[in-house]
Amino acid sequence: MLLTQNKPIEEVLESLGAEKNIFLLACNGCAEVCETGGEKGLSEMKAELEKAGKTITGRLNVDFLCNKVLVATRLAREMNKIEAADSILVLTCGIGVQAVSKIVNKVVHPSANTISVGGMQGLWASDERCEACGDCALDYTGGICPITFCAKSLLNGACGGTHDGKCEVDSEKECGWQLIYERLEKMGRLDNLKKFHKARDHSKMYPSKEIREKTFYDIEK
Amino acid sequence: MKLTELFKEGKFVITCEVGPPKGIEVQKLIDELEPLRSKIDAFNVTDLQSSVLRAGSMATCRLLKDKDFEPIMQLTCRDRNRLSLQSDILSAAVLGIENLLCLTGDHPQLGDHPDAMPVFDLDSVQLLSTARGLVNGKDMAGNDLEGQPPQFALGATVNPGADPLQPQIIKMEKKIEAGAQFFQTQAVYEVDKFANFCEKVGHLNVPVMAGIVLLKSPGMAKFMNANVAGVNVPDAIIDELAGAGKEGRVEKSIEISARLIKGLKDSCQGIHIMALGWEKHVPAILEMAGL
Ligand code: SF4
Repeated sequence: MLLTQNKPIEEVLESLGAEKNIFLLACNGCAEVCETGGEKGLSEMKAELEKAGKTITGRLNVDFLCNKVLVATRLAREMNKIEAADSILVLTCGIGVQAVSKIVNKVVHPSANTISVGGMQGLWASDERCEACGDCALDYTGGICPITFCAKSLLNGACGGTHDGKCEVDSEKECGWQLIYERLEKMGRLDNLKKFHKARDHSKMYPSKEIREKTFYDIEK
Repeated sequence: MKLTELFKEGKFVITCEVGPPKGIEVQKLIDELEPLRSKIDAFNVTDLQSSVLRAGSMATCRLLKDKDFEPIMQLTCRDRNRLSLQSDILSAAVLGIENLLCLTGDHPQLGDHPDAMPVFDLDSVQLLSTARGLVNGKDMAGNDLEGQPPQFALGATVNPGADPLQPQIIKMEKKIEAGAQFFQTQAVYEVDKFANFCEKVGHLNVPVMAGIVLLKSPGMAKFMNANVAGVNVPDAIIDELAGAGKEGRVEKSIEISARLIKGLKDSCQGIHIMALGWEKHVPAILEMAGL
């Protein structure tokens, strides 16, 4: 189970910024169980955004957002509504957000933080990785994870070792921050790089007592 | 003395890098620095450069201070979490160190303990902001320090040859916002490209010191071109060095560095020399460059 918890709505609204038209995409897998996604997550988020003056161009629930083939097939039918949106708010785990960002040429925003990837996992068979840092940064990085794609998990841009687009630890491996830069440039969002990211709060990696007790944290035990 | 005070006086600042020994024999290092005494304003002491285990930067900085050299303590995020970094910054101040260069640091996989845990609890921007917080009397958790806070000139690095350059400049701006008061650059071999960079960042009003790495052989130049990000030794320089033969190499290298410094000095506020064991040739370079 990939355990997710909604980001505070203020944080979601801040990240959407001036974007008015939003497409809502939710996962019907783990996120449905956590109520961050699924029909419940979708309708609640829709209400919140409309209250904040946003227009929802469309909404879609897909069984597993971590499965790129499935997502690509399902999104193909909704292309008009996606095109009409400024961005997509993705109601799922870090893997799902990364998968969606790889398929669609749109800015993606995560609505939740991923807290645990323990137990039965989703259906992804690709190279997206989520470390369940509990404070999802995909919003500012074009849907590419700086924690798992950068060998040093840097949050404020590339280190001095990045060379020809490759990482200093392995000349065969892409530099995560180069990928992020290219993606943001393509999306016209280079301004995102200017944001100062505070040091990570490592305590967010540990699911709180409340979560451990009342959710499906150890559903497979 | 803080480097920032020298810049304020309008001085063209010259720094030189020194690496602590792999062991505890420090006398050799001190002997090597003696001829540079009156020529170099401050010495950067590296922090386990290239992730190779050595004696520490802080102890070596203090040793330099005892011998009346001005040290710049390099501090990387590779090996310490935020508690340890903050404690080391306070300890450095206790030992009288006044200049701090904040770096992300190389990954352990590049060094002689590739199996070590990479820490990187903070990155260079966060480290700068943390150091500035301490200078202002607050730790990262927002707690007040007791009594007089530490005082530092805070430095950072930038790579003027990076391609693309834009993310470098964005990160440089972030470093300034976080607290950086001066910059030392990666090695520079292309005068025009550097001047262009300085023009682009001139509005930031922070002193930039051009990095000079002494070229010891044509092979080293080619190696850097292939492996060091943003460094391009032009073919003309490599040919020049190769043409000088083994016997004439040292002299040629001195000449090349002096020429580079002459070409660079009008676009920047200082130079930072990385001699990599050739410290003894630094006075000759400076003299030839007219410094
Ligand atoms: S080269 Fe890129 S991926 Fe590798 S550690 Fe540096 S910023 Fe991270």
